[in-house]
Amino acid sequence: MSVHRTSVALVAAAGALLALGPVIPNWAVSLVNVSLGIGVVVLGMMVLMRTGLVSFGHGLYYCLGAYAAGLASNRFGAPDMLAMVAGGALAALLVSAVLGLLLAKYREIFFAMLSLAFSMILYGLLVKSADLGSTDGFNVHAKSIAGFAVEGDAHRLGVYSVIVITAALCALLLDAYLRSHRGRLAEAIRDNELRVEYMGASVFATVHLNYVISAVLAGVGGALMAIHIGHIDPEMTYWPQSGEFVFIGILSGTGSVFAPLLGSVVFETVRSYAYEKSPDTWQMVLGVTMLMVIVFLPGGLWSLASRLRGRPDSARTGG
Amino acid sequence: MSQIPAVLADAVVYASWLFVIAVGLTLIYGVMKILNIAHGSLYALGAYSAVTLAGGWLAKGYAPLGSYAMLALAALLVGLIAGPVIERGLLRFLYAKDEIVLVLVTYALFLILEDAIKLTWGVDPMFVAEPYALLGNFEIAGLTYPTYTLVLVAAAIVVGLALWWALGFTRSGKMLLAVIHDREMSAAMGVNVGLTYFVTFTIGAFLAALGGALTAPTISVVTGMGAEVIVTAFAVVVIGGLGSLGGAALGAVIVGLVRSAAVHYQPELELFSIYLVMAAVLIARPKGLFSGAEVRKI
Repeated sequence: MSVHRTSVALVAAAGALLALGPVIPNWAVSLVNVSLGIGVVVLGMMVLMRTGLVSFGHGLYYCLGAYAAGLASNRFGAPDMLAMVAGGALAALLVSAVLGLLLAKYREIFFAMLSLAFSMILYGLLVKSADLGSTDGFNVHAKSIAGFAVEGDAHRLGVYSVIVITAALCALLLDAYLRSHRGRLAEAIRDNELRVEYMGASVFATVHLNYVISAVLAGVGGALMAIHIGHIDPEMTYWPQSGEFVFIGILSGTGSVFAPLLGSVVFETVRSYAYEKSPDTWQMVLGVTMLMVIVFLPGGLWSLASRLRGRPDSARTGG
Repeated sequence: MSQIPAVLADAVVYASWLFVIAVGLTLIYGVMKILNIAHGSLYALGAYSAVTLAGGWLAKGYAPLGSYAMLALAALLVGLIAGPVIERGLLRFLYAKDEIVLVLVTYALFLILEDAIKLTWGVDPMFVAEPYALLGNFEIAGLTYPTYTLVLVAAAIVVGLALWWALGFTRSGKMLLAVIHDREMSAAMGVNVGLTYFVTFTIGAFLAALGGALTAPTISVVTGMGAEVIVTAFAVVVIGGLGSLGGAALGAVIVGLVRSAAVHYQPELELFSIYLVMAAVLIARPKGLFSGAEVRKI
């Protein structure tokens, strides 16, 4: 099998970012970190959206991943970035494998509401657990990468590299999955479940798998953000955070694994710009942007890219 | 002493408050199939307007009792201005969109309104406690309650009865039920669906604002109150069954009881318990407790 174009482009982009790491200014490092950290979560939203599902509770796994990473470093004596990311992924995997058994039978608004309920259960637990810092959360310090201690500038560059490489790996793996036989079923399920069943594929198993994949991605994203910010709190599973993920997912479109990562960069840029220029109205700017995307660009920013290349959208968002 | 009377009394008060807010949400969903996240912002708008109007009234030294009229006026103003503006100016262009896309539209609206509120009223907490204290206290089963809580309970009962009467016993109410049941068929029979949507959204917005206006004297009005209330209101309507008025009442009573019991016996489980019940109901009866069988459409 020949290597796919997207994979080449992903590796090239990651390589370029890594090479730029030591020379770009601090704000750019921070922008890349946040965009890719959130971008990994939005990759997860993309899998769900391709399956025709929108979760208003993916903050659950984002938060779980972050707390697992935080506990790994602070409580279990593993302040290693790779261990923290692995911990975040594992926590999300375990919880989503169980909750997915329930959620895989739900669609549309009911899927959105049940996910919301689960994320708010975690929120309710976290704000009242004094042991985990209640509403304040706690600080997280990642001290090493794969056993090598990092400090000062090396720490900054280390966090950046870990985030870039992890995001690129997630996108590569996801891209391979989406091009596989089962991965392609997602859009078929979105279009017509009954036909998929008639043709002998299991809708339940596919939806469950896609849900778990999206949750693990959210968990990884949460762990990355915990490493980048160095602080975690229950707001990560509060519903506006989940809403933001859906927002970026819609903004990005689902045409390619590049879409969520680029969409996330656009979102973070707009947000930091709006926040700096008018701190009182940045939410308003986001809201208006979102309305415009929904009305004028229902396929997200990526559909703009495919339109420019003169190709029909390969994958539109639902609706 | 047993805590049961206190639990029940608190539950009644909390359920009344929840019902006023949730019934508007469920009405809008039932008729328009829009799960309106901006309902939380309308609630906050009502609260802020109430503080401004009632506070201004009292500051001018007019009769304190008039501040109650100001609370109602605040709700009416928000309902009659924000409701029509949102429905005519935005939502009516988007009815053809998917249900879940419409949730996102209202989420965008929520973000916009949150900042509009901050721009208008600033970010400092606001108070107007006089209407709360004015009526004094009363005793029930050895417990002292502010008489104002009776206003809340009365408001919930009046709203509930009014909606029940309007939907079941008036011509326009029956047309509304027809639209809920089958929008296209109603339109074919000559019901003005657009007008129905307009009126429904305005009433829903008014109810959200009423909830906020009546709550304003009992709390400090702060930014973020809309985000908090909307997710609880979601729990209420989902438990009862989206789009069902009886369901909103039942959901409000259940959430009221659960929360009140949690607050009295296990305060750390307060939020947790509400959403646990929400998840449990969704798992056992996905369409809520008040749902009937539905014809499957392929």
